[in-house]
Amino acid sequence: MGALLRSAWCVFQRNLLVYRHVWRGSLFMGFLSPLLFLLSMGLGVGALVRTEGVLPAGASFLTFLGSGLLASTCMQTGSFESSFPIVGKMVWRRNYEAMFATPVSVGAIVLGELLWLAARLVMVAAAFACVLAAFGVGTLASLVPAVAAAVLTGLAFGACVMAYAATLRDGANFNALFRFGITPLFLFSGVFFPITRLPAPIRWLAPTTPLFHGVELTRGLVLGTLGAQAAVIHVTYLVVMVGLGASVAYWIFRRRLWT
Amino acid sequence: MPSSEGALVSARRLTKRFESFTAVGGIDFDVQPGEAFGFLGPNGAGKTSTMRMIGCASPVTSGELRIFGMDPRRDASRIKAKLGVVPQLDNLDAEITVRENLEMYARYFDVPKAVARARVEELLDFVQLTDRAGSKVEPLSGGMKRRVTIARALVNNPDLILLDEPTTGLDPQARHLIWERLYRLKRDGATVILTTHYMDEAEQLCDRLVVMDKAAIVAEGSPRQLIERYVTKEVLELRLSPDIRASLDGRLDGLAERIEVLPDRVQLHTADGERALEHVYTRGIPIESALVRRASLEDVFLRLTGRTLVE
Repeated sequence: MGALLRSAWCVFQRNLLVYRHVWRGSLFMGFLSPLLFLLSMGLGVGALVRTEGVLPAGASFLTFLGSGLLASTCMQTGSFESSFPIVGKMVWRRNYEAMFATPVSVGAIVLGELLWLAARLVMVAAAFACVLAAFGVGTLASLVPAVAAAVLTGLAFGACVMAYAATLRDGANFNALFRFGITPLFLFSGVFFPITRLPAPIRWLAPTTPLFHGVELTRGLVLGTLGAQAAVIHVTYLVVMVGLGASVAYWIFRRRLWT
Repeated sequence: MPSSEGALVSARRLTKRFESFTAVGGIDFDVQPGEAFGFLGPNGAGKTSTMRMIGCASPVTSGELRIFGMDPRRDASRIKAKLGVVPQLDNLDAEITVRENLEMYARYFDVPKAVARARVEELLDFVQLTDRAGSKVEPLSGGMKRRVTIARALVNNPDLILLDEPTTGLDPQARHLIWERLYRLKRDGATVILTTHYMDEAEQLCDRLVVMDKAAIVAEGSPRQLIERYVTKEVLELRLSPDIRASLDGRLDGLAERIEVLPDRVQLHTADGERALEHVYTRGIPIESALVRRASLEDVFLRLTGRTLVE
């Protein structure tokens, strides 16, 4: 166990070292893009819509949208960071092969990647939460747990995409994943409007999808409306997703590296 | 078969199968401490699969493999801690600097930071990259990347160094610099296992080698022994005009132990090339040019791994 954690920490440090050279490129995706959504939708569209009686706890549209974006941004960051970068390290640059030639085990590689993903998600979510606070959305006491919820959402997606990415020989399939998986979830999981506004079949389907749970959990914490039972359901859903994704990722990493 | 007593690596009936394809078909070998041991063979002979099993990166399908007396099935991490691996394709971290690559790799081996720092500077000097230590890996030339990879394989002060085709794809200058560095490692007593399909590389660097072909070992010995065993001392190479070659019709018979007709030349394998050449002149065979050379491992290699021969 000690060796596993120590090696996983090395993998984490390796990613941090690389990130210190390439962090500028990640700013748009992680930070500027959600900020632009918040400004255009939250302030622009928000001025046009009537929210009384539609949004929970009498929230303003900006608060409603901002808390949803916090979760969806983590979904996008978690998915993206586990897509091309993983294929790069597995196939293009073969960095995992280099690590696996040392005492670093497959388990340590996967655990190190998940730890690093969590760290990246904390950076992105914390930065976005600061912007929300600057716009008067939420309070420190509500935003800290909301950041944790958003990070959990990102990890759930990240672990699953990581498992998928490890099966690939190149990155071509990711376009389909983002176009037909991530983007529809972004649009129809209650980030921009309550899912009660969706037509019947989609309205029933939405609560089964992962981003819905991430958004509900994060928003509930920002607004202070989260019930205990709902909290348990959302957290369980996301934690199970992390566990499944991580287990499958471990299995596939092992099959790829130990051949 | 030499005894495995005291061997750093010992393999018996070592086999690697990928589904129905047999990459390594039950080979035996031992590598002694301080030895430079080579796997020579054409592409697809099973060299890399063997190296990957020794490096504990690939499970053994059947047979026995012991590295430092340990079983890779149980002690992979402990074995890897004492190995230095130079893979066939560089797998450096391209986005970070040369020095960072080495320091990071030392951490994977749990080398204490202060020790690692001193060791990295030594190694940068050893591979003559001290002046590029702060530059990123990405823009470096192929030869420089290879040197970084070699230095990286040495950060843990390994007891055994595995080099899979260390100079494939490099230009002659880069290749000679790497040979020179590897020769120094060898002289300093390192145990080295390398694969290559370059005969000159095997001749330069290996104390002992095995020739692999189609998943099996087809010959074993020192470069000198193999040359003595499988080829004659000298080779007379004749270049003939195409019509003369077509009408040779046995006129070279009896001039050499073995005559090999190639598309562009004829090779006469003989103990005394000059004498054979005299006979060629005496028989009045018009030749465009002639070259007498010492037989090399290349002749052994081609003899053993194929090219249709005229005996």
